Amino acid sequence: MRRFSWFNATSLTFGFVFLYLPMLLLVIYSFNSSKLVTVWAGFSTKWYGELLQNEAFLDAAWVTLRVAVISSTIATVLGTMAAYVLVRSGRFLGRTLFSGMIYAPLVMPDVITGLSLLLLFIGIGLDRGVLTIVLAHTTFAMCYVSVVVSSRLVSFDKSLEEAALDLGCTPMQSFRLVTLPIIAPAVISGWLLAFTLSLDDLVIASFTAGPSSTTLPIKIFSAVRLGVSPEINALSTIMIGIVTIGVISASLITKRSMVRQQLEEQEAIRT
Amino acid sequence: MRRFFLIFIPYIWLLALFLVPFLIVFKISLSDIALAIPPYVPVIEWSDGWAGFKNFLSQLDLENFVWLTQDDLYWKAYLSSLKIAAVSTVLTLMVGYPIAYSMAQAPNEWRPTLMMLVILPFWTSFLIRVYSWMGILGKEGFLNQFLLWTGMISEPLQIMNTPTAVYIGIVYTYLPFMILPIYSALEKLDASLLEAAEDLGCSRLSAFWLVTIPLSKNGIIAGSFLVFIPALGEFVIPSLLGGSGTLMIGKVLWEEFFSNRDWPVASAVAVVLLLLLIIPIILFQKNEQKSREMDQ
Repeated sequence: MRRFSWFNATSLTFGFVFLYLPMLLLVIYSFNSSKLVTVWAGFSTKWYGELLQNEAFLDAAWVTLRVAVISSTIATVLGTMAAYVLVRSGRFLGRTLFSGMIYAPLVMPDVITGLSLLLLFIGIGLDRGVLTIVLAHTTFAMCYVSVVVSSRLVSFDKSLEEAALDLGCTPMQSFRLVTLPIIAPAVISGWLLAFTLSLDDLVIASFTAGPSSTTLPIKIFSAVRLGVSPEINALSTIMIGIVTIGVISASLITKRSMVRQQLEEQEAIRT
Repeated sequence: MRRFFLIFIPYIWLLALFLVPFLIVFKISLSDIALAIPPYVPVIEWSDGWAGFKNFLSQLDLENFVWLTQDDLYWKAYLSSLKIAAVSTVLTLMVGYPIAYSMAQAPNEWRPTLMMLVILPFWTSFLIRVYSWMGILGKEGFLNQFLLWTGMISEPLQIMNTPTAVYIGIVYTYLPFMILPIYSALEKLDASLLEAAEDLGCSRLSAFWLVTIPLSKNGIIAGSFLVFIPALGEFVIPSLLGGSGTLMIGKVLWEEFFSNRDWPVASAVAVVLLLLLIIPIILFQKNEQKSREMDQ
């Protein structure tokens, strides 16, 4: 029996107020007409208008989006391969080193990852730009993808793959027709994770970006170092809005597909 | 052949972009600063062959590491990072445990929504979440306005640019990392154990101490490491909320590299930071393994 007491109710209330109030204030005050950010002077959407005129921000947003799409896609392919190797390949030479290199970037401080990649790029004479950020983001994001995908691979029934092979599939076909559909949710959430990590990253991008390839977080960081600004509030509100819509619709879709799967399973049992 | 490629491609990628860069950092940490491009010596002279390589090796030394122990700035920064990370881990635990506990007590049909509410901030930009506190903690910020309005204070408090602001920032941004492992430990807890303890004469509070806390130990340990490890190398929070008074090693490394352009010392700072992290990382791995074995 669970007892939901007044203590539980208060700690949940305080907890969620603490988690959400700062962002709520940010959203509300992005509609403030005053330049003074913390003094309310009436409703206005002018900061959004100014934001859309600000080409430096728009350029940075475009760079960020391109980097995020490219790096998360490569990271998903490489990460899924790495997960498959870790879970299914058994022993091979250097396996310990391989799994170490998958897990280490997850706990590595960003400043160290950024510094080491920058020193590599300078060492081999690669000019810093979009390419170097993509390489950097792909490297740490593939490790996150491989952790997400391998936890799905571990839990799924290997005999399904074996059955496909027995029935005459080539290994590639069995992967495409059996394995991939089963691990697809994990692959998609791995991609989403890689995408948001890339959108979000400030430190590694600062080390690996060149002067012509500023990303949005770098731009935001240099703006907010000088203090709070209504334009940044407007930008933050847009980003919070996109994420909220994305997460809620993703959870609704998974819920619906789970319900449908259950119905199909019941149907299958009945017939 | 196909299997070979499957292993080969991610392997080579990680070797080239994770291991090799780190070896370069290690090598540069043993080098000396120089007015050159790149700004350090020695650089391997491949044209000299073996003699050049031997000459290169002989020029490496531990000077930068000696320097780290001699200059106050560095060991103070390491100590203060350790302290800030430890204190904020304890604070996050104190804030996070009641929330995780109450989530586990909540009716079943609420739980997916509560979970989503905890995870949602994790998907929004880290930078924005830290930034949102700048408007709250500043001199004319919402907190000071509110406290002045209630009459609890007569002068605005200086919270921004103090360690307090850094603690608040870390607790706020890492709270989901603490709540989720504790919640998943508490959710598995068998409520009849608590009833048994109470039947045997425990008060509710002592049943909590003697049953609930020990059974959620793995969650507490996992959550604490998930906060402590990233907090130790944190850069964004101390530089936005901490001001010049808060020393943290991530910030020192950044400034050493970007402002002083001293690559060898920046690399040495990175190597030592990594050595500091190895112990908590190993302990964390052990704890994870133990809780996985207990689940089976």
